[in-house]
Amino acid sequence: MSGFDVNQVRKDFPILHQEVRGRPLVYLDSAATAQKPQAVIDALVRFYQHDNANVHRGVHVLSERATEAYEGARETVRRFINARDAKEVVFVRGTTEAINLVAQTYGRKHIGAGDEVLITQMEHHANIVPWRMLCEQTGAVLKVIPVDDRGELVLDAVDALLTERTRILAVTHVSNALGTVVPVKELTRRAHAKGVPVLVDGAQAVTHFPVDVQDLGCDFYAFSGHKMFGPTGIGVLYGRKERLEAMPPYQGGGDMILSVTMEKVTYNRVPYRFEAGTPNLEGAVGLAAAIRYLEALGMENVAAHDRELLAYATKALASVPGLRMVGTAREKSAVLSFMLADVHPHDVGTILDREGICIRTGHHCAQPVMQHFKVPATSRASLALYNTREDVDALVRALHKVLEVFQ
Amino acid sequence: MSASDDLKDLYQEVVLEHSKRPRNYRVVEGATAEAAGHNPLCGDQLVVTLKVEGGVIKDVAFQGQGCAISKASASLMTGAVKDRTRAEAEDLFERVHKLVTEGPESVDVDALGKLAVLSGVSEFPARVKCASLAWHTLRAALEGHGEAVSTE
Repeated sequence: MSGFDVNQVRKDFPILHQEVRGRPLVYLDSAATAQKPQAVIDALVRFYQHDNANVHRGVHVLSERATEAYEGARETVRRFINARDAKEVVFVRGTTEAINLVAQTYGRKHIGAGDEVLITQMEHHANIVPWRMLCEQTGAVLKVIPVDDRGELVLDAVDALLTERTRILAVTHVSNALGTVVPVKELTRRAHAKGVPVLVDGAQAVTHFPVDVQDLGCDFYAFSGHKMFGPTGIGVLYGRKERLEAMPPYQGGGDMILSVTMEKVTYNRVPYRFEAGTPNLEGAVGLAAAIRYLEALGMENVAAHDRELLAYATKALASVPGLRMVGTAREKSAVLSFMLADVHPHDVGTILDREGICIRTGHHCAQPVMQHFKVPATSRASLALYNTREDVDALVRALHKVLEVFQ
Repeated sequence: MSASDDLKDLYQEVVLEHSKRPRNYRVVEGATAEAAGHNPLCGDQLVVTLKVEGGVIKDVAFQGQGCAISKASASLMTGAVKDRTRAEAEDLFERVHKLVTEGPESVDVDALGKLAVLSGVSEFPARVKCASLAWHTLRAALEGHGEAVSTE
């Protein structure tokens, strides 16, 4: 793996070099939020020290610089996901807002009573609740692609669920609770064959492997800055230009209009039509810095590291007595969700925390998939580009300690 | 105090024993009141059923799923409030709540009997909700509003 040395990478993340509870910090919760490299932290500071001003309106030098930084970030995102046009990149607060935006604009315009919205059993609440709300508002019906006991989608069920009433397919690229990588390119092909547009929740994908929206062919792709080593409060909705142009505005306010009289408002062109108010400038600048950081490492190298570490961790956890993995898809990303004997995940999390190990415990905002596996909660360790085999070894040692406490 | 001592205080023998073999894990026959409790953070859910006669809790039981701390607290609670008046149960909740939030120095621990084993929770702020869930649910049942209570 040329250009990727995890020990060098770790040096880029200042937060990792501390002791907690008297032990070296082991951070295994990057699927919740990822840590930030110094390059991102520096970009935020530099923006406020040198370039801060409002965008798209000032005639002064700082406004020009801030506009350049903000629109430059849009171009950086375009390159990262290989969109055709930077106008297809809408800045939002995060994945959740991106999906709500599509549900409330595209959805309110094109989806009516008796129409169907197709999602999957393994969605995060962010890709369930906005559609549930739309269904309540319009009388549309929510349909669900089931998962099997490995945590893979039942692909045989898809064609029958894509009916003449289906108006959108909204599907995750990687399950945050199980780690399953969903074949979204294949699903998009099948949906498009029936004229159904596709939204992909890419929050857990863009951080682990290269994503090319033109190759996937999807109509919308949503992701968050903070899970890919950028700041919180910034995210992206990619939308094919012809889709975005046919959509009504989302929120009203400044920046999203061309002209306003008390009688009539003319809306701005895309993507500005969807960015009412002063945008999250520092967020966009920080996100662009995170993308440049990932590009310098190489997403293929990141993917190879994550794959290798997942294989190591999967094997290591299998050696822990009484540990049952929840989610054993053949194509998995770096998420390890598990039950440990009859110990409740909350108790596992507390004991690990005292060993300096941060994991997530709970339902991971994905209660329907927890219900499928008949568990109220799991323990979830998630890996990122700065994690090492030593981190995994520390986790395994701590899980043995949990078993000692509860034996 | 070391990390490991904190853990021993939290997961005391009695706590582990009650979580594995909870007392009064059933539904009270001929219950006069019941309430459901829910901790959305971790998905813990339990139902408390009661029989109150002449202002006294004659029988109390719980059922549900949760972590060791929430189960042990529920189990210990059922033992502690039986044959108590509503006011006494309410007073006990006040003192248990103080114990798990402010620590053993804040209350007369000896007067709490077995419930004193919950004192370790005070070193773990994230677990106070677990220890309190059954008690909030008991209070809802005593107050007789049928809505599910939540720790959020």
